[in-house]
Amino acid sequence: MLNIKTKNRLSIFIAISALSIIIIIFILKTLEDNVLYFYSPTDVEESNKMVFGDTIKVGGMVKNGSIKTNENEIKFIITDYKNEIIVSYKGTVPALFAEGKGVVAEGSLQDKKFFLAKRILAKHDENYMPPEIKESLEKNAK
Amino acid sequence: MLSNLGIISSSISLLASLLLIYLSFVELKVSGDKIQKKIYKFSSVQLIFSLLSFLVLLIGYIFSDFSMINVYENSHTEKPLLYKISGTWGNHEGSLLLWINILVLFSFLFLFLNKNKNKNFKIFTLIFQNLLISIFFIFLLTNSNPFSPVFPIPGEGLGLNPILQDPALAIHPPLLYVGFVGSSIYFSAALAALISKVEAKSLATTLKPWISISWFFQTTGILVGSIWAYYELGWGGYWFWDPVENSSLMPWFLMTALLHSVLVLERRIGLYSWVIILSILTFTMSVVGTFLVRSGILNSVHTFANDPSRGLFILTFLILMVFSSIFIFFKYTPSEKKNYKIFSKEFFILINNWFMVFFLAVVLIGTLYPVFLDTLIGEKISVGPPYYNFVLAPFLIPLLFLMTSGPKHKWISSETKIFFDIILFLSVFLFLIIFFIIKENNLLINLILLFSIYLIIQNIFDFYENLKNRNINLSRIISHFGFGLLIFFISVNHIFSVESNFNVRVGEKKDIKNYIIKFENLETSSGNNYKSVVGYFEIFNKKKLIKENLEPEIRVYNQPKTITYEASINSNLFSDTYLTMSNISDSDIFNIKFQKKPFMNFIWLSVLLISLGGILNFFKRKKEI
Repeated sequence: MLNIKTKNRLSIFIAISALSIIIIIFILKTLEDNVLYFYSPTDVEESNKMVFGDTIKVGGMVKNGSIKTNENEIKFIITDYKNEIIVSYKGTVPALFAEGKGVVAEGSLQDKKFFLAKRILAKHDENYMPPEIKESLEKNAK
Repeated sequence: MLSNLGIISSSISLLASLLLIYLSFVELKVSGDKIQKKIYKFSSVQLIFSLLSFLVLLIGYIFSDFSMINVYENSHTEKPLLYKISGTWGNHEGSLLLWINILVLFSFLFLFLNKNKNKNFKIFTLIFQNLLISIFFIFLLTNSNPFSPVFPIPGEGLGLNPILQDPALAIHPPLLYVGFVGSSIYFSAALAALISKVEAKSLATTLKPWISISWFFQTTGILVGSIWAYYELGWGGYWFWDPVENSSLMPWFLMTALLHSVLVLERRIGLYSWVIILSILTFTMSVVGTFLVRSGILNSVHTFANDPSRGLFILTFLILMVFSSIFIFFKYTPSEKKNYKIFSKEFFILINNWFMVFFLAVVLIGTLYPVFLDTLIGEKISVGPPYYNFVLAPFLIPLLFLMTSGPKHKWISSETKIFFDIILFLSVFLFLIIFFIIKENNLLINLILLFSIYLIIQNIFDFYENLKNRNINLSRIISHFGFGLLIFFISVNHIFSVESNFNVRVGEKKDIKNYIIKFENLETSSGNNYKSVVGYFEIFNKKKLIKENLEPEIRVYNQPKTITYEASINSNLFSDTYLTMSNISDSDIFNIKFQKKPFMNFIWLSVLLISLGGILNFFKRKKEI
């Protein structure tokens, strides 16, 4: 019914589509497993499906008077003026990290009130507010 | 004064572009194969005035003429001269002017240097290129005018973000822009080729030098950006898979694909439509990259000041460009006889192209997924390095293998040579030695190491062959050799990097693995436009009994008032020692990040080798033309 040329072409076409579908599924699957979700302290407080130990981002403002530095760690509180999370971090902080300023911390939740940060994100511009924080602050202000 | 001069000269240049488009259309109706002198003249006028407008802005920066808002917002009288100059393109408006200048320069060079016999092809290229130029000029003059005056004239400027005051970042944008914008010329040429029905070989020889040169600049631009990130951002990494970095890498994948597929086209074997598609895609990706960076829809660590109206303009332009390209493509695309033999050289080049498209897809999905998720369901996410490493790393193995075996095959023939040769044997032997030294037990990394060694050794042999008879492609050997080294050293760097974070007071010591780190002293000092606190550290290597002294700084810049943490890097041939220090609210405790990064210099060198291949390819072409 089909001549050899068409058959060949068809099989190549099917092979390529199958391969691309497998690859796209592979990409999307990996993407899903490696995505970092962003939460505000209120999101963390309200959410029930939070998994402790997964890497996530938490952002908000650094509470005034909350930064404490000792020999082992830096401790501070991220607040969205509604809820708070205590963050513990080891390492250098970005230059614009200060009390009363916006911050995004990457790490994992130990429990709903305690966050172990691996990275504090740097922002180059002091007037710049990460969009996530801006939005979550606006949401909570309502 | 300067403000008016700038606006006038860029307007003249815009007029010249519009006139060029008109004259070109007239020229199409004139028979004969010589292009009229008029067109050359207008192209020169366009170039002169566009360069003049750039020069005006440059002078404005050098002499701190704050009557222009742009200079006032981004410069300062106390800034060192180099950064006054680089400030010209360190902001959106100035960089757009640079972008246009490169567009104009490439249009001019193409018109004057290209020896293609087909007159219509050259004229159509000129039309498309000048359409791009006009659109960007209009955008510049209406939305992002670098010459906008300010009144009353401020006495002092606001200054350039200190983090951008850096020699690497001074040259990074021009390099990358030549790469990005250079791709516009093969975008225009590809569309012109379709309309004027240019024959395969002639199209290939026309495109090749432009592809080589823009690829070379793109590669070095990425390299310089990544060196900057390494020593300036203070994390000790050189690639973060950040959206802004990705947007420079995505066109690079396509340029690399083009660089290879144009070889097939040159030999009239096929891939005509494919080369056209790639050319269109490359410039599209460059504009997408610009859109992503400038519109601010992406949340990046390299935050640029941005403005949604710019994003809207670029997005509209992008949509128009894509749709008209698609239209031209389907209207004019010729039918092709495909005759590919499996295991021929062109077969491997096609596979290379599939790899590049795959890498592009991975990076594009990773970069855009957060944007889609945010607009669709409002969920805030980010995609980090684990995704890229996990998806891309396994595919490096077949890529490395194909890069080794592909070039050994012949054009238009299915002849296969035996794979188990002396080189493979030698590579396995070398790998085993390395394996017993480093004792890494991750299978993936071991495989990557093995295949990168195979690629390296194969190219060393090829190089030796090349010395005997000069028929082998030297630029290919150097670039592939560089790529093998790059992957090898990135893997070794990954295995042996040491990182430690701790807090310390002046006079205290810390023990980390094989190192003792002593915080000896703290002193204040001052530079041209900043004051700084310098920490003196002594690092003692217990194994090798070597002492190193490092001096990280905390700088407070005057204008704009900004704090930066300057990493101190002791760079040796085989390993870098990296130390950053930060301090919160004048506490007596300092936060330290200590890193040992092996083979950093070799990573930079490998990328240099890769780009060297591109420039060699460019000069080799020139001789043949």
